[in-house]
Amino acid sequence: MQPHIEIEHLTFRRGERVIFDDLSLTIPRGQVTAVMGPSGTGKTTLLKLIAGQLRPESGRVRVDGEDVHRLSRRALFELRRRMGMLFQSGALLTDLNVFDNVAFPLREHTRLSEAAIERIVLMKLQAVGLRGARHLMPSELSGGMARRVALARAIALDPAMVLYDEPFVGQDPITMGVLLKLIEKLNHSLGLTSVVVSHDVEEVLSIAHQVYVLSEGRVVAQGDVAAVRESADPYVRQFLGGLPDGPVPFHYPAPPFREELGL
Amino acid sequence: MIRMLRAIGRWGLSRLRAAGRAGLFLLGLLPALAYPFWRVRLLLKQVYNTGTLSLPIILTAGLFVGMVLGLQGYNVLVDYNSEEAVGTMTALSLLRELGPVVTALLFVGRAGSALTAEIGLMRSTEQLSALEMMAVDPVRFIFAPRFVAVVLVVPLLTLIFTALGILGGYLVAVGWLGVDDGAFWSQMTAHVDWQDDVVNGVIKSVVFAVWIAVVALFQGEEAPPTSEGVSYATTRTVVQGSLGVLALDFVLTALMFN
Repeated sequence: MQPHIEIEHLTFRRGERVIFDDLSLTIPRGQVTAVMGPSGTGKTTLLKLIAGQLRPESGRVRVDGEDVHRLSRRALFELRRRMGMLFQSGALLTDLNVFDNVAFPLREHTRLSEAAIERIVLMKLQAVGLRGARHLMPSELSGGMARRVALARAIALDPAMVLYDEPFVGQDPITMGVLLKLIEKLNHSLGLTSVVVSHDVEEVLSIAHQVYVLSEGRVVAQGDVAAVRESADPYVRQFLGGLPDGPVPFHYPAPPFREELGL
Repeated sequence: MIRMLRAIGRWGLSRLRAAGRAGLFLLGLLPALAYPFWRVRLLLKQVYNTGTLSLPIILTAGLFVGMVLGLQGYNVLVDYNSEEAVGTMTALSLLRELGPVVTALLFVGRAGSALTAEIGLMRSTEQLSALEMMAVDPVRFIFAPRFVAVVLVVPLLTLIFTALGILGGYLVAVGWLGVDDGAFWSQMTAHVDWQDDVVNGVIKSVVFAVWIAVVALFQGEEAPPTSEGVSYATTRTVVQGSLGVLALDFVLTALMFN
């Protein structure tokens, strides 16, 4: 089966800094793929490259066989309707209530009657457990609730794929559990391709079918969860184990301490 | 010395580059400007936010400016026994200059800064990104309705300001200082010209509105997504917006009344 997303020889720079250096990875259809790495490895950037919000310096990103960065704006928008993205902050429209936020993509992109829209919105809100919160404004939601509403919005148009940008950051254990269950459930019942970008090792490994570990713009480990856990790569060991010192040094580069103290 | 020159050069280049980006921003906005008329509700919401909510400050300011004009005008004119001309003077000052300029300055502070902050925060909370991801073009959905609303609302606010100003002048001159009621109005209507005074004033306010809209939206768009960035951008909107209005006023006055 053709992979859902193929990234080939992708290079991306921000000013002088190389974010991705000849990065290649494939994301299979209907599975949960985790992309892990420390903060600042450009995980969010990767999602924005997949969605065509950023342009790579070289290399290709293909979604459903289409080269994302060669599409016209219209075709790209067409493609994005088949993608959902869950932003780190939720990114709900602050002037609309929960119901209208979830209804927003339906109202913009379909000609459904208001009654049909109401049914779909209630179904999606029911799926994330927030049907009762439909009248609340985004400012009245907790961080975890905002993310769940955003998830309902992301799946409003029944996309084939959902991109999750750091879904667990800053959540309490209960909310984390809820989000994990939701991601798994959606993947399972709807056959969604899920890309989860995160550095919450244990949470992500508990739901992923396939894992990529990134460091300095390259893939340092890949495979199923067991393969990545057993990786001998020192960097991967440090990352998964959360060790304070290793290939990523504890100290920011500095001259020797003795020298600086004048000893 | 060299270092100073270099700093000046770098500053100039960065200003030029920003001006270029603002130009491109405006160009990108132009094709989307018809869209708000299709989606009237989007437009009405912005007309309410920028226009209706600015009314209290515009009404109050208009009334007081008119009252001051009436008082000052009377004090000068009474020495020449021509205090009936106070109506003409009030109306002309308001229509030609104070109406468009003061309204624009108040509008920058009240609504322009709010627009910048709103857009800056939408960017920093990824709302604009989210719209893009939902295949909704932020230029059409966010920027165009705000631009059109500002350009519609500022001339209307200017006319309201001017009307209130004339009322203020009337209250002071006729109601308090005892200028003849009939003379006040007849002198005014005799000396105010539709084309020269009213239309030119409205043209001014339209130009100011375009300037304010571009500055406010562009600063919001460019604001770094931090609380500091948004607060600087808001300040820049007020400073650049106000100074631009005053400079444009000079240019337009020179073109219109010379």
